[in-house]
Amino acid sequence: MTGFDVNKIRQDFPILAEKIRNKPLVYLDNAATCHKPQTVIDSIVHLYSHDYANVHRGVHTLSVRSTDLFESARTKVKNFINASSDKEIIFVKGATEAINLVAQTYGKANIHSGDEIIITAMEHHSNIVPWQMLCEQTGAILKVAPINLQGELIYEEFEKLLNDKTKLVSVVHMSNALGTINPVKQIIAAAHARNIPVLLDGAQAIPHMSVDVQDLDCDFYVFSGHKLYGPTGVGVLYGKQTLLEAMPPYQGGGDMIRKVTFEETEYNTLPYKFEAGTPDIAGVIGLGAAIDYLNAIGMDNIAAYEAELLAYATEKALAIKGLRIIGEAEHKGAILSFVLDKIHPHDIGTMLDSLGIAIRAGHHCAMPVMDFYEVPATARASFAMYNTKAEIDVLMNGITSLIEVFG
Amino acid sequence: MFDDLRDLYQEVIFDHNRNPRNFRVMENADRKVEGFNPLCGDRLTLFLKINGDVIEEASFQGSGCAISTASVSLMTEIIKGKTEAEAEELFKQFHEMTTGKDEHFNLEAIGKLAVLAGVREYPARVKCATLAWHTLDAALKNEQQSISTE
Repeated sequence: MTGFDVNKIRQDFPILAEKIRNKPLVYLDNAATCHKPQTVIDSIVHLYSHDYANVHRGVHTLSVRSTDLFESARTKVKNFINASSDKEIIFVKGATEAINLVAQTYGKANIHSGDEIIITAMEHHSNIVPWQMLCEQTGAILKVAPINLQGELIYEEFEKLLNDKTKLVSVVHMSNALGTINPVKQIIAAAHARNIPVLLDGAQAIPHMSVDVQDLDCDFYVFSGHKLYGPTGVGVLYGKQTLLEAMPPYQGGGDMIRKVTFEETEYNTLPYKFEAGTPDIAGVIGLGAAIDYLNAIGMDNIAAYEAELLAYATEKALAIKGLRIIGEAEHKGAILSFVLDKIHPHDIGTMLDSLGIAIRAGHHCAMPVMDFYEVPATARASFAMYNTKAEIDVLMNGITSLIEVFG
Repeated sequence: MFDDLRDLYQEVIFDHNRNPRNFRVMENADRKVEGFNPLCGDRLTLFLKINGDVIEEASFQGSGCAISTASVSLMTEIIKGKTEAEAEELFKQFHEMTTGKDEHFNLEAIGKLAVLAGVREYPARVKCATLAWHTLDAALKNEQQSISTE
């Protein structure tokens, strides 16, 4: 790991100096959203202070500056995930909107009554509900590939679900509730052998590993900016150009048109066809700054460091009596979901908060996963590149102490 | 280590969480209502035996956090022998205690339930404490369907 210095990285995140209930903040809720480096914050302040106007509109200087910054952020995203063209990068509100967009455009145009859509049993609600809505509208059928007790997809069962009626496979790249990283290349190859397109929900995967959409050969890839050290309110839909070209538009409005009369409207070219209305200009530019920041550190360095953190946390957690880890996949990202004997996750959350530790307690928008493990909720510590082994020690000491208090 | 939390997690709450009172299914219940907090997954079923307008017996089943378990456990103790109108009044007082801006609730009427007053400082946990009482409210109004805090 050349030059990965967590202490230096921590200096870049102003919120990490915050005290919570008079204790140093230990922020372990990164799977919900992660914090922003100073360069991202500065990029937004600088935009509004010096360069801001609406994009793709005026001929005046500020509009040109804004547009240049906005479009250069698109190129940064394209390079970051190795898409083949800027036209394949659609800015949306977040991963959720991206999935809804695909369901309501590609889905409505190509998926009909009796057709099948495959997801897995470890999906976030955002990769379940848009397909249920589409199924309700079209009469298509949602098929769910099962998982095993380790929290891994049972690949053979997934493969058995593929048939002539399957019109789309939509799976999570890395599970937010379990940390499982799915064998997505294998899934894509199997689906493509039957000419079935594949959408990957990359909301959790993207901050933890290099993603190369051409190497994966996925048809759609979606993620949110705020989980990638960028601002809230912006996300990305990547789609293969041929698919995006053939899809009907999503929302109508300004920017997505080439020519409008009251008789008919001619739609704009990619990517603007899917970007109706004034976009989240500052969000997009902030996301570009986040990508610059990540590139300077290197995604492979981040992945290696976080793997170390997860291994350390897992070992410490397993030593705590009465703690059960939920999600023990062999291939796993930096997420530690757990339950404690006779102590509800919400009590764990409140207790740890009093020590300055932020974790998530709840169902993680994955109620079917909770049902599978027969738990109402879990506690989840999710790590980012700025977390340290010392913070994991604080967490584990906190857990040990609260077990004592509960008796 | 958890000194800051002493107001929220009083010993009585730990005690009721460890050994919930009236924790059983009531076979011949007159009222049975399910309460659900979708935010945290807390789920409880409340059973009441009612004679005239008096709550003769109350019991519950379910799973939840320490605050919600202690709250429903304490509730089943305190409402036993109360009339429906008295129980409704307690619900009002409890609601005032946990969510009100001023401390206008009747401390005498609320009795042991006062150990739950600490939740008012923890907005994220108020619903844990009130789930039991919203379920009771539905049961007293004879609403058979399950109720939700959301």
